[in-house]
Amino acid sequence: MKNTIKALLETIMDPEIPTISIVDLGIVTRIESNGKKQVRVELTPTFSGCPALKIMEQLVTDKLVEHGYTDIEVKTSFNKQWNTNMISEKGLAALKKHGLAPPAKHKGYIELDVLSDTPCPYCNSRNTELQSPFGPTLCRSMHYCKNCLNAFEGFKPLV
Amino acid sequence: MEFTQKHVLGLKELLYKMADDQLILGHRNSEWTGLGPMLEEDISFSSMAQDKIGQSLALFELLQELGESDPDTVAFTRNDNQFHCSQFVELPIGGYDFSLVRHFFFDHAEAIRFEMLADTVFEPLAMVAKKFKGEIKYHTMHADIFMKKLAEGGPESYGLIQQAINDNFGLALGIFEPGEYESELIEAGIFGGENALQSRWLAKVVPLLESFGYTVPKVENTAPALGGRKGIHTHHLQPLLDEMTEVFSIDPGADW
Repeated sequence: MKNTIKALLETIMDPEIPTISIVDLGIVTRIESNGKKQVRVELTPTFSGCPALKIMEQLVTDKLVEHGYTDIEVKTSFNKQWNTNMISEKGLAALKKHGLAPPAKHKGYIELDVLSDTPCPYCNSRNTELQSPFGPTLCRSMHYCKNCLNAFEGFKPLV
Repeated sequence: MEFTQKHVLGLKELLYKMADDQLILGHRNSEWTGLGPMLEEDISFSSMAQDKIGQSLALFELLQELGESDPDTVAFTRNDNQFHCSQFVELPIGGYDFSLVRHFFFDHAEAIRFEMLADTVFEPLAMVAKKFKGEIKYHTMHADIFMKKLAEGGPESYGLIQQAINDNFGLALGIFEPGEYESELIEAGIFGGENALQSRWLAKVVPLLESFGYTVPKVENTAPALGGRKGIHTHHLQPLLDEMTEVFSIDPGADW
Protein backbone atom coordinates (compact mmCIF):
# COMPACT_ATOMS: atom_id res chain seq x y z
CA MET A 1 0.00 0.00 0.00
CA LYS A 2 2.78 2.37 0.95
CA ASN A 3 4.48 1.55 -2.32
CA THR A 4 1.33 2.33 -4.27
CA ILE A 5 1.21 5.74 -2.65
CA LYS A 6 4.92 6.27 -3.15
CA ALA A 7 4.50 5.45 -6.84
CA LEU A 8 1.77 8.07 -7.06
CA LEU A 9 3.97 10.68 -5.37
CA GLU A 10 6.77 9.83 -7.79
CA THR A 11 4.65 11.34 -10.54
CA ILE A 12 4.60 14.73 -8.79
CA MET A 13 7.38 16.98 -10.03
CA ASP A 14 9.02 19.81 -8.12
CA PRO A 15 7.21 23.00 -9.25
CA GLU A 16 10.55 24.80 -9.67
CA ILE A 17 12.52 21.92 -11.25
CA PRO A 18 10.13 19.92 -13.45
CA THR A 19 12.58 17.04 -14.09
CA ILE A 20 12.75 15.81 -10.47
CA SER A 21 9.96 14.17 -8.51
CA ILE A 22 9.33 15.12 -4.90
CA VAL A 23 10.20 11.54 -3.91
CA ASP A 24 13.60 11.67 -5.65
CA LEU A 25 14.18 15.10 -4.12
CA GLY A 26 13.92 13.34 -0.76
CA ILE A 27 11.31 15.56 0.84
CA VAL A 28 8.66 12.87 1.45
CA THR A 29 9.60 11.77 4.95
CA ARG A 30 6.54 9.78 5.99
CA ILE A 31 3.77 7.84 4.26
CA GLU A 32 1.14 6.07 6.35
CA SER A 33 -2.04 4.43 5.25
CA ASN A 34 -4.64 2.09 6.74
CA GLY A 35 -4.72 0.23 3.40
CA LYS A 36 -8.08 1.77 2.56
CA LYS A 37 -9.01 5.36 1.91
CA GLN A 38 -6.92 6.89 4.65
CA VAL A 39 -3.47 8.33 4.04
CA ARG A 40 -1.05 10.57 5.95
CA VAL A 41 1.89 12.19 4.20
CA GLU A 42 4.65 14.26 5.76
CA LEU A 43 6.89 16.55 3.75
CA THR A 44 10.04 18.27 4.98
CA PRO A 45 11.08 21.64 3.56
CA THR A 46 14.26 21.92 1.49
CA PHE A 47 14.65 25.49 2.78
CA SER A 48 12.42 27.01 5.49
CA GLY A 49 11.64 29.95 3.21
CA CYS A 50 10.82 27.86 0.15
CA PRO A 51 7.66 29.31 -1.44
CA ALA A 52 6.97 26.05 -3.32
CA LEU A 53 6.11 24.19 -0.09
CA LYS A 54 2.43 25.06 0.05
CA ILE A 55 2.12 24.27 -3.66
CA MET A 56 3.69 20.83 -3.13
CA GLU A 57 1.32 20.08 -0.24
CA GLN A 58 -1.56 20.94 -2.55
CA LEU A 59 -0.17 18.83 -5.42
CA VAL A 60 0.09 15.82 -3.10
CA THR A 61 -3.45 16.32 -1.82
CA ASP A 62 -4.83 16.71 -5.35
CA LYS A 63 -3.06 13.57 -6.53
CA LEU A 64 -4.43 11.50 -3.63
CA VAL A 65 -7.96 12.83 -4.17
CA GLU A 66 -7.68 11.99 -7.84
CA HIS A 67 -6.88 8.39 -6.91
CA GLY A 68 -9.84 7.93 -4.63
CA TYR A 69 -8.42 8.61 -1.18
CA THR A 70 -10.88 10.43 0.99
CA ASP A 71 -9.27 10.75 4.41
CA ILE A 72 -6.12 12.71 3.57
CA GLU A 73 -3.70 14.61 5.76
CA VAL A 74 -0.66 16.25 4.19
CA LYS A 75 1.57 18.31 6.40
CA THR A 76 5.00 19.88 6.51
CA SER A 77 7.21 19.03 9.43
CA PHE A 78 10.75 19.65 10.59
CA ASN A 79 10.87 16.27 12.38
CA LYS A 80 13.34 15.01 9.84
CA GLN A 81 15.60 17.75 8.48
CA TRP A 82 16.18 17.58 4.76
CA ASN A 83 19.71 17.69 3.42
CA THR A 84 21.03 17.21 -0.10
CA ASN A 85 22.33 13.70 0.60
CA MET A 86 18.65 12.70 0.65
CA ILE A 87 18.34 13.29 -3.11
CA SER A 88 18.29 9.91 -4.91
CA GLU A 89 20.75 8.95 -7.66
CA LYS A 90 17.90 9.26 -10.12
CA GLY A 91 17.19 12.69 -8.67
CA LEU A 92 20.79 13.84 -9.09
CA ALA A 93 20.67 12.79 -12.76
CA ALA A 94 17.36 14.63 -13.16
CA LEU A 95 18.89 17.84 -11.79
CA LYS A 96 21.74 17.61 -14.27
CA LYS A 97 19.26 17.03 -17.09
CA HIS A 98 17.61 20.31 -16.11
CA GLY A 99 21.00 22.06 -16.44
CA LEU A 100 21.62 22.27 -12.70
CA ALA A 101 24.92 21.01 -11.33
CA PRO A 102 23.94 18.34 -8.76
CA PRO A 103 25.12 18.93 -5.18
CA ALA A 104 28.26 17.09 -4.09
CA LYS A 105 27.70 14.45 -1.37
CA HIS A 106 28.70 16.02 1.93
CA LYS A 107 29.96 14.59 5.18
CA GLY A 108 27.97 16.80 7.51
CA TYR A 109 29.65 20.13 6.87
CA ILE A 110 29.95 22.51 3.92
CA GLU A 111 32.99 24.59 3.13
CA LEU A 112 33.47 27.15 0.41
CA ASP A 113 35.72 24.74 -1.56
CA VAL A 114 32.79 22.42 -2.15
CA LEU A 115 30.98 25.19 -4.00
CA SER A 116 34.00 26.58 -5.84
CA ASP A 117 34.71 23.13 -7.18
CA THR A 118 31.36 22.46 -8.87
CA PRO A 119 31.64 20.55 -12.18
CA CYS A 120 29.91 22.18 -15.15
CA PRO A 121 26.62 20.37 -15.98
CA TYR A 122 27.13 21.05 -19.71
CA CYS A 123 30.75 19.99 -20.37
CA ASN A 124 31.67 18.32 -17.02
CA SER A 125 34.78 20.52 -16.68
CA ARG A 126 35.97 21.35 -13.18
CA ASN A 127 37.52 24.55 -14.46
CA THR A 128 34.65 26.62 -13.04
CA GLU A 129 34.24 29.44 -10.58
CA LEU A 130 31.60 30.35 -8.04
CA GLN A 131 29.84 33.61 -8.87
CA SER A 132 27.55 33.69 -5.86
CA PRO A 133 26.32 31.24 -3.21
CA PHE A 134 22.84 32.66 -3.86
CA GLY A 135 20.84 32.24 -7.05
CA PRO A 136 17.37 32.62 -8.55
CA THR A 137 15.87 30.25 -5.96
CA LEU A 138 17.02 29.54 -2.38
CA CYS A 139 18.39 26.12 -3.34
CA ARG A 140 20.64 27.35 -6.17
CA SER A 141 24.07 28.92 -6.50
CA MET A 142 25.53 30.66 -9.56
CA HIS A 143 28.70 29.56 -11.35
CA TYR A 144 30.70 30.21 -14.51
CA CYS A 145 32.47 27.58 -16.59
CA LYS A 146 35.82 28.75 -17.88
CA ASN A 147 36.00 25.78 -20.24
CA CYS A 148 32.78 26.04 -22.24
CA LEU A 149 32.17 29.69 -21.24
CA ASN A 150 28.64 29.03 -20.01
CA ALA A 151 27.10 30.51 -16.92
CA PHE A 152 25.33 27.76 -15.01
CA GLU A 153 23.46 27.17 -11.79
CA GLY A 154 24.15 24.60 -9.13
CA PHE A 155 21.80 22.92 -6.68
CA LYS A 156 23.71 23.81 -3.58
CA PRO A 157 24.71 21.24 -1.00
CA LEU A 158 22.91 21.64 2.31
CA VAL A 159 23.68 19.82 5.55
CA MET B 1 12.39 17.54 33.12
CA GLU B 2 9.02 19.12 33.64
CA PHE B 3 8.85 22.77 32.49
CA THR B 4 7.69 25.26 35.10
CA GLN B 5 5.78 28.41 34.21
CA LYS B 6 9.03 30.36 34.28
CA HIS B 7 10.63 27.96 31.82
CA VAL B 8 7.74 28.43 29.43
CA LEU B 9 7.86 32.21 29.80
CA GLY B 10 11.61 32.14 29.16
CA LEU B 11 11.15 29.92 26.14
CA LYS B 12 8.52 32.25 24.70
CA GLU B 13 10.75 35.25 25.31
CA LEU B 14 13.59 33.48 23.49
CA LEU B 15 11.38 32.49 20.55
CA TYR B 16 9.91 35.98 20.24
CA LYS B 17 13.26 37.70 20.11
CA MET B 18 14.60 35.23 17.54
CA ALA B 19 11.48 35.38 15.38
CA ASP B 20 11.34 39.19 15.56
CA ASP B 21 15.03 39.52 14.67
CA GLN B 22 14.53 37.27 11.64
CA LEU B 23 11.35 39.00 10.52
CA ILE B 24 12.68 42.55 10.86
CA LEU B 25 16.13 41.90 9.41
CA GLY B 26 14.46 39.84 6.67
CA HIS B 27 12.33 42.87 5.84
CA ARG B 28 15.36 45.18 5.87
CA ASN B 29 17.34 42.81 3.64
CA SER B 30 14.46 42.76 1.18
CA GLU B 31 14.89 46.52 0.79
CA TRP B 32 18.06 45.75 -1.20
CA THR B 33 15.95 44.08 -3.89
CA GLY B 34 16.51 46.17 -6.99
CA LEU B 35 19.14 48.35 -5.31
CA GLY B 36 22.13 46.06 -4.75
CA PRO B 37 25.51 47.46 -5.82
CA MET B 38 25.68 44.60 -8.33
CA LEU B 39 23.21 42.00 -9.50
CA GLU B 40 24.68 39.14 -7.43
CA GLU B 41 24.44 41.22 -4.25
CA ASP B 42 20.90 42.23 -5.05
CA ILE B 43 20.05 38.52 -5.34
CA SER B 44 22.04 37.56 -2.24
CA PHE B 45 20.32 40.04 0.08
CA SER B 46 16.95 39.12 -1.42
CA SER B 47 17.64 35.39 -0.88
CA MET B 48 18.75 35.97 2.69
CA ALA B 49 15.57 38.00 3.23
CA GLN B 50 13.52 35.05 2.02
CA ASP B 51 15.42 32.63 4.30
CA LYS B 52 14.97 34.86 7.33
CA ILE B 53 11.27 35.46 6.81
CA GLY B 54 10.80 31.70 6.30
CA GLN B 55 12.68 31.07 9.53
CA SER B 56 10.61 33.64 11.40
CA LEU B 57 7.46 31.81 10.25
CA ALA B 58 8.75 28.49 11.64
CA LEU B 59 9.50 30.22 14.97
CA PHE B 60 6.10 31.94 15.10
CA GLU B 61 4.54 28.51 14.48
CA LEU B 62 6.37 27.16 17.54
CA LEU B 63 4.98 30.07 19.53
CA GLN B 64 1.51 29.24 18.29
CA GLU B 65 1.95 25.69 19.59
CA LEU B 66 2.81 27.24 22.95
CA GLY B 67 -0.50 29.10 22.95
CA GLU B 68 0.30 32.40 21.23
CA SER B 69 -1.79 33.78 18.34
CA ASP B 70 -1.31 32.61 14.77
CA PRO B 71 1.81 33.78 12.88
CA ASP B 72 0.08 36.41 10.71
CA THR B 73 -1.63 38.01 13.68
CA VAL B 74 1.58 38.05 15.69
CA ALA B 75 3.71 39.34 12.82
CA PHE B 76 1.33 41.95 11.47
CA THR B 77 -0.71 43.37 14.33
CA ARG B 78 1.80 44.36 17.00
CA ASN B 79 3.20 47.85 17.50
CA ASP B 80 6.89 48.64 17.96
CA ASN B 81 6.83 48.42 21.78
CA GLN B 82 5.58 44.83 21.51
CA PHE B 83 8.52 43.75 19.36
CA HIS B 84 11.56 42.02 20.88
CA CYS B 85 14.06 42.45 18.07
CA SER B 86 17.41 44.02 18.82
CA GLN B 87 17.76 47.67 17.82
CA PHE B 88 20.54 46.69 15.42
CA VAL B 89 18.23 44.84 13.00
CA GLU B 90 15.60 47.57 12.78
CA LEU B 91 17.92 50.31 11.52
CA PRO B 92 17.50 51.35 7.86
CA ILE B 93 19.78 49.63 5.37
CA GLY B 94 21.98 52.73 5.03
CA GLY B 95 24.88 52.13 2.68
CA TYR B 96 26.20 48.77 1.59
CA ASP B 97 29.01 49.09 4.18
CA PHE B 98 26.51 49.25 7.05
CA SER B 99 24.31 46.47 5.69
CA LEU B 100 27.27 44.17 5.11
CA VAL B 101 28.75 44.72 8.57
CA ARG B 102 25.32 44.19 10.19
CA HIS B 103 24.88 41.02 8.12
CA PHE B 104 28.33 39.78 9.21
CA PHE B 105 27.84 40.51 12.93
CA PHE B 106 24.23 39.35 13.13
CA ASP B 107 24.51 36.17 11.08
CA HIS B 108 27.53 34.90 12.96
CA ALA B 109 25.55 35.42 16.18
CA GLU B 110 22.52 33.59 14.79
CA ALA B 111 24.65 30.74 13.42
CA ILE B 112 26.06 30.13 16.92
CA ARG B 113 22.64 30.57 18.52
CA PHE B 114 21.17 27.88 16.24
CA GLU B 115 24.15 25.64 16.93
CA MET B 116 23.52 25.99 20.68
CA LEU B 117 19.79 25.38 20.23
CA ALA B 118 20.33 22.24 18.16
CA ASP B 119 20.88 20.60 21.58
CA THR B 120 17.99 22.21 23.44
CA VAL B 121 15.77 19.94 25.54
CA PHE B 122 12.75 21.57 23.87
CA GLU B 123 12.65 19.08 21.00
CA PRO B 124 10.52 21.06 18.47
CA LEU B 125 13.01 23.94 18.68
CA ALA B 126 15.98 21.57 18.34
CA MET B 127 14.61 20.29 15.03
CA VAL B 128 14.06 23.76 13.67
CA ALA B 129 17.50 24.92 14.86
CA LYS B 130 19.18 21.99 13.13
CA LYS B 131 17.47 23.02 9.91
CA PHE B 132 18.40 26.72 10.24
CA LYS B 133 22.00 25.85 11.04
CA GLY B 134 22.52 24.48 7.52
CA GLU B 135 20.76 27.41 5.87
CA ILE B 136 22.60 30.14 7.71
CA LYS B 137 25.95 28.62 6.78
CA TYR B 138 25.45 30.28 3.39
CA HIS B 139 24.78 33.63 5.05
CA THR B 140 27.97 33.62 7.11
CA MET B 141 29.92 32.31 4.12
CA HIS B 142 28.61 35.19 2.01
CA ALA B 143 29.39 37.77 4.70
CA ASP B 144 32.93 36.43 5.17
CA ILE B 145 33.66 36.50 1.42
CA PHE B 146 32.67 40.16 1.11
CA MET B 147 34.27 41.35 4.35
CA LYS B 148 37.51 39.84 3.07
CA LYS B 149 37.08 41.14 -0.49
CA LEU B 150 36.53 44.69 0.73
CA ALA B 151 39.50 44.50 3.10
CA GLU B 152 41.63 43.69 0.08
CA GLY B 153 39.87 46.13 -2.24
CA GLY B 154 41.97 49.20 -1.43
CA PRO B 155 42.03 51.98 1.17
CA GLU B 156 38.56 53.27 0.31
CA SER B 157 36.67 50.00 0.76
CA TYR B 158 38.85 48.97 3.70
CA GLY B 159 38.26 52.34 5.37
CA LEU B 160 34.49 52.23 4.90
CA ILE B 161 34.19 48.76 6.42
CA GLN B 162 36.56 49.53 9.30
CA GLN B 163 34.50 52.64 10.09
CA ALA B 164 31.28 50.61 9.98
CA ILE B 165 32.79 48.04 12.35
CA ASN B 166 33.77 50.81 14.79
CA ASP B 167 30.39 52.54 14.56
CA ASN B 168 28.26 49.42 14.94
CA PHE B 169 30.04 47.23 17.44
CA GLY B 170 27.87 48.49 20.30
CA LEU B 171 24.73 47.85 18.28
CA ALA B 172 25.94 44.31 17.62
CA LEU B 173 26.54 43.77 21.34
CA GLY B 174 22.88 44.70 21.88
CA ILE B 175 21.94 41.37 20.25
CA PHE B 176 23.10 39.68 23.47
CA GLU B 177 20.95 41.71 25.87
CA PRO B 178 20.00 39.18 28.55
CA GLY B 179 16.36 38.28 28.99
CA GLU B 180 14.42 38.00 32.22
CA TYR B 181 14.70 34.23 32.52
CA GLU B 182 18.33 33.54 31.60
CA SER B 183 19.10 31.37 34.63
CA GLU B 184 15.90 29.33 34.25
CA LEU B 185 16.66 28.64 30.58
CA ILE B 186 20.23 27.60 31.38
CA GLU B 187 19.19 25.43 34.34
CA ALA B 188 16.56 23.58 32.30
CA GLY B 189 18.89 22.99 29.35
CA ILE B 190 16.67 25.05 27.06
CA PHE B 191 19.34 27.59 26.06
CA GLY B 192 22.93 28.24 27.16
CA GLY B 193 22.21 31.95 27.65
CA GLU B 194 23.10 35.27 26.04
CA ASN B 195 26.40 35.64 27.92
CA ALA B 196 27.67 32.30 26.65
CA LEU B 197 26.49 33.20 23.17
CA GLN B 198 28.30 36.54 23.26
CA SER B 199 31.56 34.87 24.39
CA ARG B 200 31.38 32.32 21.59
CA TRP B 201 30.52 35.06 19.09
CA LEU B 202 33.51 37.17 20.15
CA ALA B 203 35.77 34.13 19.89
CA LYS B 204 34.54 33.70 16.32
CA VAL B 205 34.27 37.21 14.85
CA VAL B 206 37.26 38.95 16.45
CA PRO B 207 39.97 36.59 15.10
CA LEU B 208 38.16 36.41 11.76
CA LEU B 209 38.06 40.19 11.34
CA GLU B 210 41.68 40.48 12.48
CA SER B 211 42.68 37.85 9.91
CA PHE B 212 41.11 40.09 7.23
CA GLY B 213 43.19 43.02 8.56
CA TYR B 214 40.52 44.92 10.50
CA THR B 215 40.73 46.00 14.12
CA VAL B 216 37.85 45.37 16.49
CA PRO B 217 36.81 47.69 19.33
CA LYS B 218 37.14 46.33 22.86
CA VAL B 219 33.97 45.09 24.53
CA GLU B 220 34.90 46.82 27.79
CA ASN B 221 35.12 50.18 26.00
CA THR B 222 31.86 49.79 24.11
CA ALA B 223 28.36 50.50 25.39
CA PRO B 224 25.92 47.87 24.09
CA ALA B 225 22.72 49.22 22.50
CA LEU B 226 20.20 47.73 24.94
CA GLY B 227 16.43 47.95 25.17
CA GLY B 228 15.24 46.19 22.02
CA ARG B 229 14.51 42.93 23.82
CA LYS B 230 12.27 44.83 26.26
CA GLY B 231 10.32 46.70 23.59
CA ILE B 232 12.39 49.89 23.63
CA HIS B 233 13.15 50.76 20.03
CA THR B 234 14.56 53.49 17.83
CA HIS B 235 12.19 55.70 15.84
CA HIS B 236 12.97 53.53 12.80
CA LEU B 237 10.93 50.48 13.78
CA GLN B 238 7.36 51.80 13.70
CA PRO B 239 7.63 53.19 10.11
CA LEU B 240 9.00 49.78 9.04
CA LEU B 241 6.04 48.03 10.66
CA ASP B 242 3.60 50.47 9.06
CA GLU B 243 5.04 49.70 5.66
CA MET B 244 5.29 45.95 6.25
CA THR B 245 1.66 45.69 7.37
CA GLU B 246 0.19 48.15 4.86
CA VAL B 247 -1.47 45.51 2.68
CA PHE B 248 -2.48 43.27 5.60
CA SER B 249 -4.15 46.23 7.33
CA ILE B 250 -6.45 46.92 4.37
CA ASP B 251 -8.33 43.71 5.18
CA PRO B 252 -6.90 41.78 8.15
CA GLY B 253 -9.48 38.98 7.75
CA ALA B 254 -8.70 38.33 4.08
CA ASP B 255 -7.98 34.76 3.09
CA TRP B 256 -4.73 34.43 1.15
